[in-house]
Amino acid sequence: MDLANYVPSAFTSLLKNATELITFAYDVPFARAVVFGVHIGGHLFVEGLLLVVIIFLLSQKSYKPPKRPLTKKEIDELCDEWVPESLIPPVTEEMKREVPVLLSAAGPHTIINGKKVVNFASANYLGLMGYEKLLDSCTSSLEKYGVGSCGPRQFYGTIDVHLDCETRIAEFLGTPDSILYSYGLSTMFSAIPAFCKKGDLIVVDEGVHWGIQNGLYLSRSTIVYFKHNDMQSLQSTLEKVTQDNKRAKKLRRYIVVEAVYQNSGQIAPLDEIIQLKEKYKFRVLLDESNSFGVLGKSGRGLTEHFHVPVDKIDIITAAMGHALASEGGFCTGSHRVVDHQRLSSSGYVFSASLPPYLASAAIAAIDVIEENPQLITKLRDNSQILSTGLLGIQGLELASDIMSPLVFLRLKTSTGSLKRDLQLLEDLADRVLKEHSVFVTTSKRSIVDKCNLPVGIRIYVSAAHTESDLQKACESLKTVAASLFTD
Amino acid sequence: MKAETDCFGRPISSPPDAWFDVVEGVSNDNNKTLNRTTKTSRCLNLGSYNYLGFGAADEYCTPRVIESLKRFSANTCATRVEGGTTELHSELEDVVANFVRKPAALVTGMGYVTNSAIFPVLISKGGLIISDSLNHNSIVNGARGSGATIRVFQHNTPSHLEKLLSELIADGQPRTHRPWKKIIVVVEGIYSMEGEICELPAIVSICKKYKAYVYLDEAHSIGAIGKTGRGVCELLGVDAADVDIMMGTFTKSFGSCGGYIAGSKELIQYLKHTCPAHLYATSISPPAAQQIIPAIKVILEEDGSTQGAKKLAQIRDNSNYFRSELQKMGFEVLGDEDSPVMPIMLYNPAKIPAFSRECLKHKLAVVVVAFPATPLLLARVRICISAAHTREDMVKALTVISEVGDLVGIKYFPAQIKTPQLEDGRAKVD
Repeated sequence: MDLANYVPSAFTSLLKNATELITFAYDVPFARAVVFGVHIGGHLFVEGLLLVVIIFLLSQKSYKPPKRPLTKKEIDELCDEWVPESLIPPVTEEMKREVPVLLSAAGPHTIINGKKVVNFASANYLGLMGYEKLLDSCTSSLEKYGVGSCGPRQFYGTIDVHLDCETRIAEFLGTPDSILYSYGLSTMFSAIPAFCKKGDLIVVDEGVHWGIQNGLYLSRSTIVYFKHNDMQSLQSTLEKVTQDNKRAKKLRRYIVVEAVYQNSGQIAPLDEIIQLKEKYKFRVLLDESNSFGVLGKSGRGLTEHFHVPVDKIDIITAAMGHALASEGGFCTGSHRVVDHQRLSSSGYVFSASLPPYLASAAIAAIDVIEENPQLITKLRDNSQILSTGLLGIQGLELASDIMSPLVFLRLKTSTGSLKRDLQLLEDLADRVLKEHSVFVTTSKRSIVDKCNLPVGIRIYVSAAHTESDLQKACESLKTVAASLFTD
Repeated sequence: MKAETDCFGRPISSPPDAWFDVVEGVSNDNNKTLNRTTKTSRCLNLGSYNYLGFGAADEYCTPRVIESLKRFSANTCATRVEGGTTELHSELEDVVANFVRKPAALVTGMGYVTNSAIFPVLISKGGLIISDSLNHNSIVNGARGSGATIRVFQHNTPSHLEKLLSELIADGQPRTHRPWKKIIVVVEGIYSMEGEICELPAIVSICKKYKAYVYLDEAHSIGAIGKTGRGVCELLGVDAADVDIMMGTFTKSFGSCGGYIAGSKELIQYLKHTCPAHLYATSISPPAAQQIIPAIKVILEEDGSTQGAKKLAQIRDNSNYFRSELQKMGFEVLGDEDSPVMPIMLYNPAKIPAFSRECLKHKLAVVVVAFPATPLLLARVRICISAAHTREDMVKALTVISEVGDLVGIKYFPAQIKTPQLEDGRAKVD
């Protein structure tokens, strides 16, 4: 009973003591002092104490759980547990497909499996393969210089034929200077990163080939695609990027197009592109691999075809493995454009130079083109004959331009999957080869290729093909297509 | 840089053999532009990559090359999968696979493109590429093009590689910490700016332990080192089956052009179906392909002569003799024993044009390497020895280099005094 009473009474006495203390604190003499003209009430003392307590709490470090790096044992365990994927995915049936092996030169007629076939799979547009003059110049070059050049251009790999070839190409095209690359594919993917850097703006057609795509990726610039060969789409894209981006005026801006697209055979309308370029102030990079030696009255390419002065295009590149029946590539433009590439184009600086016999073959080929302009007219006639002859083929439609030497047939209605489309087209090509001895190929698509254009049958027309060859091709394709697409 | 343009890109007018003709250039405006003249000077070639002497027209190879030129013409103008494969290409791939002791091989028209086009196909985002810090530009470009994460390990240091591998596997992918999809470690056989040979056995055993794939770039080492010329695997006793992907070029030891990838049958089948260098690029020029087949035959002595063994012994002896003589003279020479690439350090960038021009005056053509191929203050002269150099050629070169070295002041080490000769003299007197 005493305990029951003790707690409340102790509590009340404690409370009484506390209130007495507080009133005492308020009544303390200095509590009513005047310091610097400010009345200090007792409450200021309490508030001061509170402030000290708050500052003390804030200055305490916040609680963080201690960092524990992995111990060596844990690292070893993780390494043991980790299982990598296999280096390559499992090999499928289509990967085991064998390609036809040629037993003779890939000219307009070649030998496959012991049979003579008409060859439409080689980009030998002017029929210069096996031309007497080229073979002679190659032979003398091989006897003089051997095969390889044994070094990059900067380290004694520059042979006088390289310099002669560069001057000859520049002379032929009417540009100040040109630079030789040792491989067609590396030309574009070395030239683009040499000029386009991070932050630049590039407007490019969605149907460009892998070499250009790789160059764009390596340049780390901002890339905007426009619809394949659609000038309206190009205009609206240019409008959008120049308006939206306020900094666009200070960036370097490029348009990248191909003259004749490898993936569809269409020809780019250069006159419209030049108009747009001048209106929106962009620079143009043109890849003339399939049009050099082909388009234009004397074979000088797309600029001659559209009567555009060649100095309006900033950078022209081309692979020499098509009309010139040689190998390698070149890039041409003003002196500044070419000199810059000699120091900063990785495919030029870090790679061995073109074998000298191929450079002399290119010089001989350009001489032949200048002396024989009738080859170009013959090629144009052949392309038109083949293109018009293939109109009305069942199941396939012509995707390429009538003037293009690369005739591209795509499926009228796709099966829905790229794999099945390719399978269908390859069956067609196989049957055409086996039953009619005409060699055509399907366009292939690598897994790293970003192009979304439909696959199709690619037919390369050559000036060396005769009318009967072309007729045979048309008939055999039509027969096989008819049987395949009515099933 | 502009003032030194006459030291780089000197044109030649003859094949890049042991002796060649350098075209002289003349400039009227302080080297701003260089004009070609018709004057040439015959110089000793210490700059071209001509390790086995196949650089010029060869009596065994060239007739066969001209024959295949007539048969297949200079180019097929088509990609390998679209009508560009001739029986020559199939034969070449078999010969190359046999030479490097792998089941199958794939040949492309240019070594640079081989590296750039294979990485995007083998590895992509979510994978890891660990490459040596001094790898070639083509590997760097290929790795960047693939989209995988790239990490660099200290040059030729297996211990650092092991540390990096264990840390990276335990950490996982950046930010998400998911486990890596796969890891590829990229090394070269001989590093072209250092002349050093890769420490392959240690690196292969580390990769086996951590389950990473090994990619070996033998651009400079194939055909030049090893008892039968099979490269760094043979020299260091590593089994070819332990290296997952072997890559090399034909420009250096075989006097041709082009590159190859060798690996298992499945790998090559997969690459033939997906690699852009195979699908989109023109096939290797048939005469260039034909040059490689007899060159390999000569090396393996399948042509009936002993030329192959002679060439291999010659380049080994030449390299070791030249290197030891240079070191005796007091130069700082980099590179390992048996390696045909020997850089002599200059350090000071101002000495580069002096060395180059003085050597040319004495009819010696050397290659000087400056920024950006090497760090700014580590300029060097890079000598490439060939099996075509005779002992007299090398003695002449050594005298010229010694003279120019004294003039320019690059003998950074004390010369070794020739004590054995003195003892001989004494013995004679006695």
